[in-house]
Amino acid sequence: MNLTLFVWRQKGPHEQGRLEKLKADNVSADMSFLEMLDQVNETLIKNGQEPIAFDHDCREGICGMCSQVINGIPHGPLKNTTVCQLHMRHFKDGDSIYIEPWRAKAFPVVKDLIVDRSALDLIIQSGGYISVHTGGVPDANAVLIPKDDAETAMDAAACIGCGACIAACPNRSAMLFTAAKVSHLAALPQGRAEAAKRVCMMTEAMLHHGFGNCSNHYECEAVCPKGIKVHFIAKLNREFMKAQIMSTRTTNVPSAE
Amino acid sequence: MTLDAKIPGGPLQEKWGRHLHSLKLVNPSNKRKYRILVVGTGLAGASAAATLGELGYNVEAFCCQDSPRRAHSIAAQGGINAAKNYPNDGDSIHRLFYDTVKGGDFRSREANVYRLATLSNNIIDQCVAQGVPFARDYAGYLENRSFGGAQVSRTFFARGQTGQQLLLGAYSALSRQVKAGTVKIHPRTEMFDLVVVDGEAKGIVTRDLVTGRLQGHAADAVCLCTGGYSNVFYLSTNAMGANVTAAFRAYKKGAFFANPCFTQIHPTCIPVSGDHQSKLTLMSESLRNDGRVWVSRTKGDRRSPLDIPEDERDYFLERKYPSYGNLAPRDIASRAAKEVCDGGFGAGGQGVYLDFSDAIRRLGRQKISERYGNLFEMYEKITGEDAYVQPMRIYPAPHYTMGGLWVDYNLESTVPGLFVLGEANFSDHGANRLGASALMQGLADGYFIIPNTIAHFLAQTAPGKVSNSHPEFRKSMEELHASIDRLLSINGRRTVNEFHRELGKIMWDHAGMARSADSLQTALKLIPELRAEFWKNVRITGSGTELNQELEKAGRMADFLEFSELMATDALHRNESCGGHFRVEYQMPDGEAKRNDDVFCYVAAWEYKGPGKGPELHREQLVFESAHPETRSYK
Repeated sequence: MNLTLFVWRQKGPHEQGRLEKLKADNVSADMSFLEMLDQVNETLIKNGQEPIAFDHDCREGICGMCSQVINGIPHGPLKNTTVCQLHMRHFKDGDSIYIEPWRAKAFPVVKDLIVDRSALDLIIQSGGYISVHTGGVPDANAVLIPKDDAETAMDAAACIGCGACIAACPNRSAMLFTAAKVSHLAALPQGRAEAAKRVCMMTEAMLHHGFGNCSNHYECEAVCPKGIKVHFIAKLNREFMKAQIMSTRTTNVPSAE
Repeated sequence: MTLDAKIPGGPLQEKWGRHLHSLKLVNPSNKRKYRILVVGTGLAGASAAATLGELGYNVEAFCCQDSPRRAHSIAAQGGINAAKNYPNDGDSIHRLFYDTVKGGDFRSREANVYRLATLSNNIIDQCVAQGVPFARDYAGYLENRSFGGAQVSRTFFARGQTGQQLLLGAYSALSRQVKAGTVKIHPRTEMFDLVVVDGEAKGIVTRDLVTGRLQGHAADAVCLCTGGYSNVFYLSTNAMGANVTAAFRAYKKGAFFANPCFTQIHPTCIPVSGDHQSKLTLMSESLRNDGRVWVSRTKGDRRSPLDIPEDERDYFLERKYPSYGNLAPRDIASRAAKEVCDGGFGAGGQGVYLDFSDAIRRLGRQKISERYGNLFEMYEKITGEDAYVQPMRIYPAPHYTMGGLWVDYNLESTVPGLFVLGEANFSDHGANRLGASALMQGLADGYFIIPNTIAHFLAQTAPGKVSNSHPEFRKSMEELHASIDRLLSINGRRTVNEFHRELGKIMWDHAGMARSADSLQTALKLIPELRAEFWKNVRITGSGTELNQELEKAGRMADFLEFSELMATDALHRNESCGGHFRVEYQMPDGEAKRNDDVFCYVAAWEYKGPGKGPELHREQLVFESAHPETRSYK
């Protein structure tokens, strides 16, 4: 099939960007979306033009590196699918495809389709962990975790940190991302000890690093390639409320540093 | 130079304990004076950086990706082994040790493997404490499943995303140390050179992938945790960015490269669909717990698999290896699949069927979906086929490399102060790695081994001996600048990918799943020709002072073009078949690998001798005190 692409080209973070019209000819239905771009890039290079810069690595939908808005939808039209797992059989000959980077204040464009997502690392660094040192821990079966709790934790922990939820949100909120980590750890007995402190720190970090608030659009769930559900945001809110109530009752205030 | 593996004395079971006792320590208040560089943030790198940070060292971690969480360990699917024996099915540290040595076809170092098996249990405890959501049963206990090369169920798993969950555990420990100020992360930064001063590793030179800036980082010790080199085959299950550059440049600075020809071809990957293909996707080995592998008994059978009746199917793994069946180890299963495909029995030309219909009948679709749902989804996305209805088509693909930089028992390379962890080293898997053992090794190295052994090294060296203004840093940066300028000035007609594809084809055809002296000699003729053409005819657009993905690929490609020659040289010298190294001249009458323990029971460690000169071979003899080499049989 032959396609017309409109691709966001931007030299650097402080340059003006624009949509560039490019041809993608002889595209096979078995190609992945990124392989289609590889082919376009090969032609560009041979013509002495700069290839389209885009993030990608594992190409099996788990590293979270790929990040493109395709025809207005982060990761493209297929549900529960990253760009790298989207295949060209879902497009047809003659289609026009618009390809843009994640757009959010917290994710400045680095070049073309590549953005800087280090703000997500900062949210995790603020408290998205269990404070355990290496060594000196109990036997793995010493603390039992009912299957349902382990499954809930896993549902939330499946987040690949790609940032599509933020790119899709009208408020550019990182609620789903943050909620997934808060919920994963809050579902486990090992994570309960720090649950109140964690939710306060992570929420604070989220607001601090340029992300907006949640106003229940649920666009995040719709585009999440791992199918993370918005009910985890409810869980986050619940954990946050609990932490707030506790902090007024006790002297041991879980402060957001 | 004689290679001293520094294996401690005493019985196998006591070596690590005794060794720990003999290692020197660094006083807690002195630890922060030492700077340690950790290159790579996969399971080995992230766990090492986090643990060294916790201990109080001043750690800097580097990764090519935009976040340490994206290292390729994240893609490991099936699980992690440990000798917990929770299912009470006869497992023990000794059995895990023995299975691993046997699985590696008696080409690994016994003492290292025993230590690995011992530490396996600590890893599971540690990961659970970090909040890794391993699969549990309804009572809350941990579940296990089986992997190839074992007759016990010792594999712990988190759905089909075990690597992801373990890496996120290590990444969370790392993030905690970043906040504590003990670890600094350099994302989108690639190591370009190792800096050696007075014979010791004293730092690295990196390139900032966003600005193109080269920078020297001085340190008291360097840990390379940079993974494997399967991408030398172009098509592999590795991430696109996985490369040999860091390890190879360390090799050029004096670190010996061990057993480069030991590469693992994984039996269950989605077959190639066309020339556009950029990578191959693994379907976890765990699928062979419930899936049955077969081909038609008729050559060139074009029927749909659903139309081939039961009595016209050849379940060749169950037929050839009745006691292990579909869970034969990877090298064996891959070769068996290649054999039936070469014989013309392949499914639609290339590939064999992996069929779940029996398991679905026995356990129900729900149970299969619970176990492998995400893998079935991934398969459908890539192939457009529903594996609940028709069998998967699978074919072997390059997946893991057992070879790597030579290290002693302390994980220290032949360059003092340079430690190598995880897949980047050679030590634990011999000539073939068993499934679910890579995660175990990466984490054992990072969490439990390196913190002890690096202290022993540091305790004997004064901190901060060298700064990055040392002439060696300047010299290295000048050379790197020159090499980048040279690449950019060629302005030829072929892209980096075209060269990579061609190198991959040379390696797959002549140094892949089956090798011969003839094919390897052909490879050794073709590689230098391709390399010469690369340096004359590659085209890289853009400049070196910006984000330039073509330039990144070209630098890695240049190293693959040299490294591939070392790999073929090693394969040619090893006149035996063992594990993943199958030389067609050396096989049993029934087609199984024929080892030659009298001559080749050693680690081949290659020393770089300078440009245009061949490498020099050093041998570390392997001595087996407990697991006596026998003919490996899974029949």
